[in-house]
Amino acid sequence: MAFHIMNSKIILRILGNLFLIEALLLIPSLGLAVYDNKPLVLRAILITMLILAVLAVVIRISIKKPEGTFYAREGFLLVALAWVLLSAFGALPFYLSGEIPHYVDAFFETVSGFTTTGSSILTNVEAMSRPLLYWRSFTHWLGGMGILVFMMAVMPNVGGSGDFFHLLRAESPGPSIEKLTPKTQRHSMILYSIYIVMTLLCLALLIIGGMPLFDSICTAFGTAGTGGFGIKADSMASYPPFCQGVVAVFMILFGVNFNIYFFLLMRRWKDAFFDEELRLYLGLIASSVIIITINVSHLFKNVFEAFHHVFFSVSSVMTTTGFATADFNQWPELSRAILLILMVFGASAGSTAGGIKVIRLLMMAKSTGREMQRMLHPRSVRSVRINNRPVGEQVLRGVNVYINCYLAILVVSFLIVSIDGFSLETNLSAVIACFNNIGPGLGMVGPAGNFAAFSPLSKIVLTFDMLLGRLEIFPLIIFFNLRSWNRVT
Amino acid sequence: MNIIVVGDGKVGLAIIAQLSREGHDLTVIDSNPNVLENSVEQCDVMVIRGNGASLSVLREAGADNADLLIAATSTDEVNILTCILARRLGTRHTIARVRNPEYAEQLHFLREELGLSMTVNPELDAATEAYRILQFPSFLRRETFAKGRVDLVELRVGADSSLKDISLNQLHKAAPVKALVCAVERGGEVFIPGGEFTLREWDKVYVTAASADLPRLINGLGLDNHKVRSCMIIGGSRIAYYLATMLLKSGVSVKIVESDAARCDELSDLLPNAIIIHGDGNRQRLLLEEGLKETDSLVTLTGMDEQNIFLSLYANHEGVRKVITKVSQNEYYNTIQEMGIGSIICPKALSATRVTRYVRAMANAIGGSVIAMTELADGRVEALEFLATNKTLHLNKPLTEAPIKPNFLIACIIRGGKTVIPQGSDCIKEGDGVIVIASGELAATDLNDIFE
Repeated sequence: MAFHIMNSKIILRILGNLFLIEALLLIPSLGLAVYDNKPLVLRAILITMLILAVLAVVIRISIKKPEGTFYAREGFLLVALAWVLLSAFGALPFYLSGEIPHYVDAFFETVSGFTTTGSSILTNVEAMSRPLLYWRSFTHWLGGMGILVFMMAVMPNVGGSGDFFHLLRAESPGPSIEKLTPKTQRHSMILYSIYIVMTLLCLALLIIGGMPLFDSICTAFGTAGTGGFGIKADSMASYPPFCQGVVAVFMILFGVNFNIYFFLLMRRWKDAFFDEELRLYLGLIASSVIIITINVSHLFKNVFEAFHHVFFSVSSVMTTTGFATADFNQWPELSRAILLILMVFGASAGSTAGGIKVIRLLMMAKSTGREMQRMLHPRSVRSVRINNRPVGEQVLRGVNVYINCYLAILVVSFLIVSIDGFSLETNLSAVIACFNNIGPGLGMVGPAGNFAAFSPLSKIVLTFDMLLGRLEIFPLIIFFNLRSWNRVT
Repeated sequence: MNIIVVGDGKVGLAIIAQLSREGHDLTVIDSNPNVLENSVEQCDVMVIRGNGASLSVLREAGADNADLLIAATSTDEVNILTCILARRLGTRHTIARVRNPEYAEQLHFLREELGLSMTVNPELDAATEAYRILQFPSFLRRETFAKGRVDLVELRVGADSSLKDISLNQLHKAAPVKALVCAVERGGEVFIPGGEFTLREWDKVYVTAASADLPRLINGLGLDNHKVRSCMIIGGSRIAYYLATMLLKSGVSVKIVESDAARCDELSDLLPNAIIIHGDGNRQRLLLEEGLKETDSLVTLTGMDEQNIFLSLYANHEGVRKVITKVSQNEYYNTIQEMGIGSIICPKALSATRVTRYVRAMANAIGGSVIAMTELADGRVEALEFLATNKTLHLNKPLTEAPIKPNFLIACIIRGGKTVIPQGSDCIKEGDGVIVIASGELAATDLNDIFE
């Protein structure tokens, strides 16, 4: 399908910028490859950087100055295109170095990184070289806050005035966006500043806790992006309990809407602490931890140890990170059911986490309550309120449509993955784990397992589930709807 | 600058669009989520849903630390209340849209008592603009600079004009007046012309001249120099009232056609010297009966743009010498202008320009040096007024030797109250006012930006 839309030029030009940024972001891995003296990896990374740089330069030269306007459609298309292409190129180092022999697997792994899923096809993580382990974890960090948001923060406005807002809206998770400052660029800068500071804080605490430097960096990236790629076969289990605690707390912190942190910085205490989504999010975590601790206490030496592992697992699953200190696949059915439900719920909007998001559940619950009331009083008029402000009907409609699409995609993916013939538990939880960007599921894909056994078709389906989950469905659906590429219809 | 705009209606949106293009930090407050959605997609702004006249909403918008608040809702009282609250919270300047003619007369009192920096009244702005155009009917538009000493006028080269097929360096022979052609619009394109440029029929030309020279310019160019003695106004809106008052004061006879009987009564109370006709201004028969063919000028001010345009086309066809059309949507400004029906006024755009000028003046006090600004040819060309300071480059150097960038033109220099239409041998001195014409894409915020 050729580019027929009016602003393919703007889209291409921004893509060019993104290629350049990705090439630059590969530099630390390159340095590490030189340091570790890994010629094969070095060559793979260099080739990838060269391809990206050449593409960026060609685009720069052939497209002079973008004209015309940037509408919502371009925003969606650009975001979808950017994520697919950046993952496709980001997979090259794995493939070219031969450490992941099949390109489909490498693509799966990279998408899993960028979408902060953390599902892996690697049967032995510890065999992978350090530069690639670093790149794999770094994609988590980039994907968490969004690579286009990163571009917005560091590059001057490419197009006109309202342009960036469409991008922000298409890439950021959550039903609606509340800008923190008048200028979109400043908004992106604030988000990334908070993100960077919190990541550094997490890193510092891990180092203090006695984790090796390289492990600390990769773990901090995985925690910040709520990704969950471990660099050890047993994920987090072999690290000291203090480090596990740090990771558990920071996962929860990164699952909070970043606007809350901005309010804290601005000393708007009321806006921060009385946020309904925050309270529900923390409430869900607390009650799940209590129930599961009681449920599993007989499996551990004492209640404290049970609490430690349950807290870590709940935090990891609810924030869709996917790190593990214990194999929750071995826990009783009730605990596993609760964890599976938390996987679907996900964390807060405007965070780095995936899932349906707590705010959507809250809106759904409240609008369901309203419909119930309407059955009793058919003429009653009441608006759905969150944080004491009415939520627009359009936002509610958006949430409904989102849930519909969510279920439809879940069903279709589940059907396709079932062709492979694994157990129902494995198939369903694999789809849920990928679609909600968690990582490990239950059964064969539990914390101790991996995704290597699936057929290429299933891997492709799961790859797109990850992208659909991270970009919240619509950009990709619009991308694959051929009609949106036409100018007129 | 931190600017809060309350009221995201037609006027509000026009102001937001202009100010966001200038790169200010804008926060917009309105109670209607749909218009806010629209603004956030068009401009880089932050929006807050709520009542602008409520303290909590103003606090949320950061009124305690804003440089300027513009209250542009459709209700005067709300606007005034909003401004008072914002001042109390600590906003440094406030601008209110006040449109009620009864309030308008008390503006000075209001301004001082309430700490308003400025009031805007789109209807009054539109009426003033229409009045100024009617003073010199040969011009499509008039912009004033340097406290009224310099005019920038827009005119169309007619079939029998003495400007037709003349190259610009021959201009002084055709018209012995000091004037400078600073921009030409031809077939949708805008040129900042050099001396070799030859004018053709149907070109739209922007000319700067000293205001005192305008009558001579008209004579020199052989333009139609009749004075408007009578004016027919279709639609008895607020603009009509303001315009009629001004025209009557200057001795022009005014006839207003209005279809609403109650409004006619009101108008006849307010304007005892005008002739008020109760009837449908769309009826050809009524217009002819009331002397459309004999009137010097027609101003169409009904609430419907399409109706106004159509009436103006008809009046043009019937040979009315000066026709002014009011449109409230200026998106199709160019298309309408190409129809050649005369002058077009757009109230919201006029007010937005006035606010932008005020903001520029505020920025000037902080650091910039633009005194006044006007957009020409639908924003593709700007006329900017600067003040030359001791930091200005190339002072006291003949302009031929100063390296001025292409697409910039020095249109006028104001020195000690006198106007100099510059030639190559003139120079800029400290303290001069300098009017520069710039093609729209080149943003100049300082006089030095025009030099290489």
